[in-house]
Amino acid sequence: MSGKGMNLTLKIWRQNSSEKKGRMVDYKVSDISEHMSFLEMMDVLNEQLIATGEEPVAFDHDCREGICGMCSMYINGEAHGPDRGITTCQLHMRMFNDGDTITIEPWRASAFPVIKDLVVDRTSFERIQQAGGFIAVNTSGNTQDANAIPISKHAADEAMDAATCIGCGACVATCKNSSAMLFVGAKISQYALLPQGQVEAPDRVKNMVAQMDLEGFGNCTNTGACEIECPKGISLDNIARMNRELIKSNFIK
Amino acid sequence: MSGFFNSSIGRKIAMALSAFFLMFFLLQHFAINILSVFNPDLFNEVSHFMGTNPMVQFALQPVLIFGVVFHFVMGFILELRNKKAVGVKYYKNNGAANSSWMSRNMIYSGVVILAFIVLHFIDFWFPEINTKFIKGDWSGMHEGIEGYRYFHELQVKFVSPIRVAAYVLAFVFLGLHLLHGFTSAFQSMGSTAGRKKTLQAIGKTYSVVVPLGFILIALYHHFTYHH
Repeated sequence: MSGKGMNLTLKIWRQNSSEKKGRMVDYKVSDISEHMSFLEMMDVLNEQLIATGEEPVAFDHDCREGICGMCSMYINGEAHGPDRGITTCQLHMRMFNDGDTITIEPWRASAFPVIKDLVVDRTSFERIQQAGGFIAVNTSGNTQDANAIPISKHAADEAMDAATCIGCGACVATCKNSSAMLFVGAKISQYALLPQGQVEAPDRVKNMVAQMDLEGFGNCTNTGACEIECPKGISLDNIARMNRELIKSNFIK
Repeated sequence: MSGFFNSSIGRKIAMALSAFFLMFFLLQHFAINILSVFNPDLFNEVSHFMGTNPMVQFALQPVLIFGVVFHFVMGFILELRNKKAVGVKYYKNNGAANSSWMSRNMIYSGVVILAFIVLHFIDFWFPEINTKFIKGDWSGMHEGIEGYRYFHELQVKFVSPIRVAAYVLAFVFLGLHLLHGFTSAFQSMGSTAGRKKTLQAIGKTYSVVVPLGFILIALYHHFTYHH
């Protein structure tokens, strides 16, 4: 493989801490295999930096198989880079060409402050979840078997599709308004579609939307960018459902 | 309830409601204007009715002005809030990869439309208000003009090629604004209908036909008026 790989220029956002000012810094990596994942390429860069005594680039990563949602990188102007339906760890270097310059930035949103380099604080998502992204069930041993409640195949499928959201924040990162409505719409939908979730649906949507606003996320203008960049293909229909749920909770209840 | 309209989604819904109202108004305005091409006498009759009917003047007109002002003010408020939510800008952002130019530039097409409305008010609305409410002349007549004055006033306005060019440009931006706004308003209202083929086709047709129609009306009067 050696000698046949790609030579790349990387422009990476470096920022020591949330208080410090950051800037784009250029790095060169060579002999990058097209079979590598983007994160493996970042590992190569960091090994190189460590060898020369420089501070390695901090970036979030965990499962490296597209389900944890940690690898938040804005690559060449797109969340998780130029491919579709993937996270950064699933982005292959074959998407790039020898001699390319690749820009790598953290998610940008006031509600996602940078912790260091490419690592951002996404606990705002967790606080939204805590505001209502659950169902209250008595689990003292008398819990009803979930399969005893009839659920239409269509509703079950749509709820499952919404539940595939991994909370990575690509929707916010890609949104021109830094809106979190695809994430919140998915979390509200996965419960609103099922009988177990419908009991608390009015309070859930009110509380989660209130928390979303409190965190300082923007307003959706239906550009649809989130849906395109979402690694799990969460549909924009979930935002419409959230809007309906909020209207229902205010005017119909 | 005030909590609802202060929430991010409530604001979207208010934006969509005012948009529906304005799109309905635009269609009505277009329907009357197109008469000027095919039937100047009928255009004069309808214009006189709209200009002097108390329901139109004292009920619909204030609602319309409120609708226009609300849509603009709320648009600017949302834009400012969104700018604040974004914070630091990207070094490189490839918006074209995942969204339409129209959807990303609603504020700019909106500002062009606002500038147009100012011009349009100076051209037509202020003179009307002056004639009717200041001078107190509700006759719809003017010295030296046979019948009602409206058709004549319309034709005179479109003599200037600069004004015609400004109107054409504004209607192009109106079309771009509508190409995103029409279906977007449905989504904000919680309806997925705007994402289905039927309404997308209706939206595209409306967004092209209405502004193009206004352009053709302006051009028609520019080229047919002989003094």
